[in-house]
Amino acid sequence: MAKRAISRVSAVSTQVAGAPARITVRKTYKLYIGGQFPRSESGRSYVVRGADGVALANAVRGSRKDVRDAVRAARAAFPGWEAKTAMNRGQILYRVAELLEGRRDQFELEVAAAEGLDAAGAREQVDRSVDRWVWYAGWADKISQVLGTVNPVGASYFDFSIPEATGVVGVVAPEGSSLLGLVSRLAPILVGGNTAVVVASESRPLPAVTLAEVLATSDVPGGVVNLITGHRRELVPTLAAHMDVNAIDALGVPADMRTAVDEAAIENVKRVARAPAGTADRLDWLDDRAAQRPEWIAAFLELKTVWHPIGL
Amino acid sequence: MGPGTSSPSSWGFGDGQAVPWEYAPAPEARDIVKLQARYGLFIGGKEVAPRTGQWFTTIDPSTEEPLAEVARAGLEDVEHAVGTARRAYRRSWGELPGRERAKYLFRIARILQERSREFAVLETLDTGKPIKESRDVDVPLVAAHFWYYAGWADKLEYAFPGRTTRPLGVAAQIIPWNFPLLMLAWKIAPALAAGNTVVLKPASSTPLSALLFADVCRQADLPPGVVNIVTGPGEIGLGLVKHPDVDKVAFTGSTAVGKEIGRAIAGTDKAITLELGGKAANIVFDDAPLDQAVEGIVNGIFFNQGEVCCAGSRLLVQESIAEPLIDKLKDRLATLRVGDPLDKNTDVGAINNAAQLAKIEELIEAGVAEGADLYQPACELPSRGYFVRPTLFTNVAQSHRIAQEEIFGPVLSVLTFRTPDEAVEKANNTPYGLSAGVWTEKGSRILKMVKQLRAGVVWANTFNRFDPTSPFGGYKESGFGREGGLPGLLAYVRLEDR
Amino acid sequence: MSSGVVIRSRSMYDASVTSTLDGIAREQAETRAHELVRAWDGRAVGLGGLLGRIGSVDQVGIEERAASLAKRSIKRESKRWALDLVIRMIDLTTLEGKDTTGKIHALCQKARRPDPSDPTIPSVAAVCVYPARVADAREALAGSGIHVASVATGFPSGQTFLELKLLETRAALDAGADEIDMVIDRGAFLAGDYAAVFDEIVAVKAAAGEAHLKVILETGELGTYDDVRRASILAMAAGADFIKTSTGKVTPAATLPVTLVMLEAIRDFERRTGRAVGMKPAGGIRTSKEAIAYLTVLYETLGPRWMTPDRFRVGASTLLNDVLMQLRKERDGRYSGSDYFTLD
Repeated sequence: MAKRAISRVSAVSTQVAGAPARITVRKTYKLYIGGQFPRSESGRSYVVRGADGVALANAVRGSRKDVRDAVRAARAAFPGWEAKTAMNRGQILYRVAELLEGRRDQFELEVAAAEGLDAAGAREQVDRSVDRWVWYAGWADKISQVLGTVNPVGASYFDFSIPEATGVVGVVAPEGSSLLGLVSRLAPILVGGNTAVVVASESRPLPAVTLAEVLATSDVPGGVVNLITGHRRELVPTLAAHMDVNAIDALGVPADMRTAVDEAAIENVKRVARAPAGTADRLDWLDDRAAQRPEWIAAFLELKTVWHPIGL
Repeated sequence: MGPGTSSPSSWGFGDGQAVPWEYAPAPEARDIVKLQARYGLFIGGKEVAPRTGQWFTTIDPSTEEPLAEVARAGLEDVEHAVGTARRAYRRSWGELPGRERAKYLFRIARILQERSREFAVLETLDTGKPIKESRDVDVPLVAAHFWYYAGWADKLEYAFPGRTTRPLGVAAQIIPWNFPLLMLAWKIAPALAAGNTVVLKPASSTPLSALLFADVCRQADLPPGVVNIVTGPGEIGLGLVKHPDVDKVAFTGSTAVGKEIGRAIAGTDKAITLELGGKAANIVFDDAPLDQAVEGIVNGIFFNQGEVCCAGSRLLVQESIAEPLIDKLKDRLATLRVGDPLDKNTDVGAINNAAQLAKIEELIEAGVAEGADLYQPACELPSRGYFVRPTLFTNVAQSHRIAQEEIFGPVLSVLTFRTPDEAVEKANNTPYGLSAGVWTEKGSRILKMVKQLRAGVVWANTFNRFDPTSPFGGYKESGFGREGGLPGLLAYVRLEDR
Repeated sequence: MSSGVVIRSRSMYDASVTSTLDGIAREQAETRAHELVRAWDGRAVGLGGLLGRIGSVDQVGIEERAASLAKRSIKRESKRWALDLVIRMIDLTTLEGKDTTGKIHALCQKARRPDPSDPTIPSVAAVCVYPARVADAREALAGSGIHVASVATGFPSGQTFLELKLLETRAALDAGADEIDMVIDRGAFLAGDYAAVFDEIVAVKAAAGEAHLKVILETGELGTYDDVRRASILAMAAGADFIKTSTGKVTPAATLPVTLVMLEAIRDFERRTGRAVGMKPAGGIRTSKEAIAYLTVLYETLGPRWMTPDRFRVGASTLLNDVLMQLRKERDGRYSGSDYFTLD
């Protein structure tokens, strides 16, 4: 039933013959850049198939220029997002959870179609995605208390260290987990005050685009999250090499692209976040202990140390 | 004598008088250092000859006289050192209880204190830095660093709440020539505290203090192979980081070499921290305590001849006080003593090596050619050795090379600003982000500037202060990871669930 | 207002009418503006601009700078000259309730010939006493060229009437003093009544006439280096010939950083006004080593032009013997002992 409710590209011809009661209004899956939903400037698309091989929809095949535009939007959004108070950022991310909760059914259908899960399995993915936003949202006003320090230096100075957002983060979303994997990577990046350019799962991009629609209607300002769908081999090298991207979340980078991504990333000394050695392909997104950690927030934070004399 | 009859003419001022006021040379005689003619590699707790059979000479940059011959390691020596470190990690150090590791580190800290003078003199001989800095800054910080991390070794379970720590394994550590011993401490102390073993490669122009440190390891009875030191050219550094048995790479040095190292280990699971270059802005507002700001500016750019990654090489001064501040600065520059690094009254010593001197001179020429105004005090430079005058450029534009490139020398570029926003914009307008300075009496302005400056260390109403408890490291192309404090420990552990 | 002038016909062609009327309006505007400035300045009437441009001092920075300078050591040849200079800069001081003619005479003897066994040792700069002892000192120092300094103005607290302060100043001069060491009114200063402090110094300066006026800030009561700097500028602007740290009756008295703050103020004051003012740390300087540290700070801050008793004095009593002991050591090559120097 879940699968039937999805509008399918391949279903068009059969439905004409069957004289349907109502022609389905299909959704156009677009990019999400700077708070807008543009099509690719390249005008290309590719067919997205469900786990069963049936075509689900056309997705935009984003271009390098789309990556460029997305980075520009993320950079522009960074100062405002970073400047929000921690509690405010937390509330905004919690609001994403609220909206996602209200659209659980829609996501359940899309995740099921994308990942070939049954209804219960898809529901678990969606529920856990909602909960993950909630978990990270609560970190907003606590992470600096966990990572920040007051340093007892050996002279008359007040010395403290505080975490700050790294800047624009490129996210190569996990290929397999279309929603929960993406949320698990995106939430810790956002809660620390970074903005993001996401390359969605290439084979399962549709839930990500729908997530972008949720973000667009939430209080997350335009440009804070930007989402590109398309071919990773085209998009990831561009993102990894972009000199205005400060960090790369590389958990979703295919093994055969890792070296190239690392080499491109070092050109402007990007921070590269990877799965702990040896766990890259085995990360269980449903396992809270493994998939949600303050370290993932810290991975996209800088530490700023401040000195000031203590005197009269 | 009646009232007022004492002739007021006796109050005539002494203008123009020649004052026989001269500072005495340092009592720090170099004979406290017993230099060997030759230094081998330090591998497995022993001094060993390089398998290459080759040696190179390290010199005193203030006289260009040779100090000693040092082993030129090859890849086979690297192999030997990494293998030894790996065995030490597996067999002894990795399994040693934290409380025992702690005691070794405390021992090292104590021995460094006991031999502080020897280390200070040797460091000055090999680097060219003034003895007052090696004596009062470098060596005390080195001992303090070991002391600080010693105490962590048996308290790791309290360091990261909810997590247990594991050492990473063998750490490859490559350090620069500006603070050879201090960078050694920044690298080795946290690595050992966390249970790693290390192979350290000092810079080829400043290997001696590391090789003397090898003797400290021996005196402390540190298990063989826990600390290994290989000397030689840059290629062996690359060979070292690429070695498959190396789990962790820590590098301090130029951004260009940092990127090379990053490329060399691309695609591997090696952990990495980089501490790279900088082009720090030192921002002075019109309400700043000017005389202390002048001291801070001088300390910011002339400390260690400006061969400091976090040097305050760009002075951003509010236009309304530019003139008096620059006047004061010029007066102060005229009192700087440039010369014999062993003289304890020397403020600015020798540039570490000929290549660096050439680079500094080239950039000074570029500054003049691009139209900035040059000021150098008329101090005598020694006839031999790598010396350069303290240099001040005014009328510098943001686009000039001297305002963009890391000079790594005693060259200050002065730019002006009108509003705080302009100061922030200029300060952040660089690919680097290591440090910054702010001088103002207004507390709220300090905090706002601190927030806006994209730099890993912000000194407010001070500059170039360091402490083992205080995390140090950069934003952007100045590197990633922190050294010092709790984050410095994090760079040498793997966190696991309890 | 000038707008009324502008709309008058022909006014723009009739320059003289316009300028006259403009002039009147302008005068009114200026008068009003000055009234507002005076109202704004309040108790600091006339000092607004001065006080507004004093700047501040960072405690940690100044103390680190002073400490680093104190580490310098000078050459042996310089040391002999420096110790000699220290003696020539000393204001040999006794300020006790039990001071008598006999005590003053003994001190003056020491001032003339600090080391009777060594005629090459110079005399001190001045002898500093209470007003009632000035005549004793003047008598004992006749013909020596040594100055007689008198504390005045209700020393050490300064908590008395201006009339008495002026009277005391004049009386001390009449008794033979040629240098006056006045104290500022710290009560007024700390209450923010800078104009009162300023005016009082001006009045005492006028009363002092030809005599040299040293203004004691009593830095130990001021609380911050910012206030030391402010008081220094205030005193110099009011006409001080010297600024002096302390009465010796308050702890802390002179310190190296406080002296550095005052020397930096002197440097800035000379740069702005062209007037060179002298400096006198007093109290707490007991050893040659300390005295040489003060000279180092002086040299590094104001240079050789200030390395003279005309611009630098040290208020001290026990320091002299320590300097003599050091000089004897330089001469004989062995350490001496206090038994070999007179206690006066």
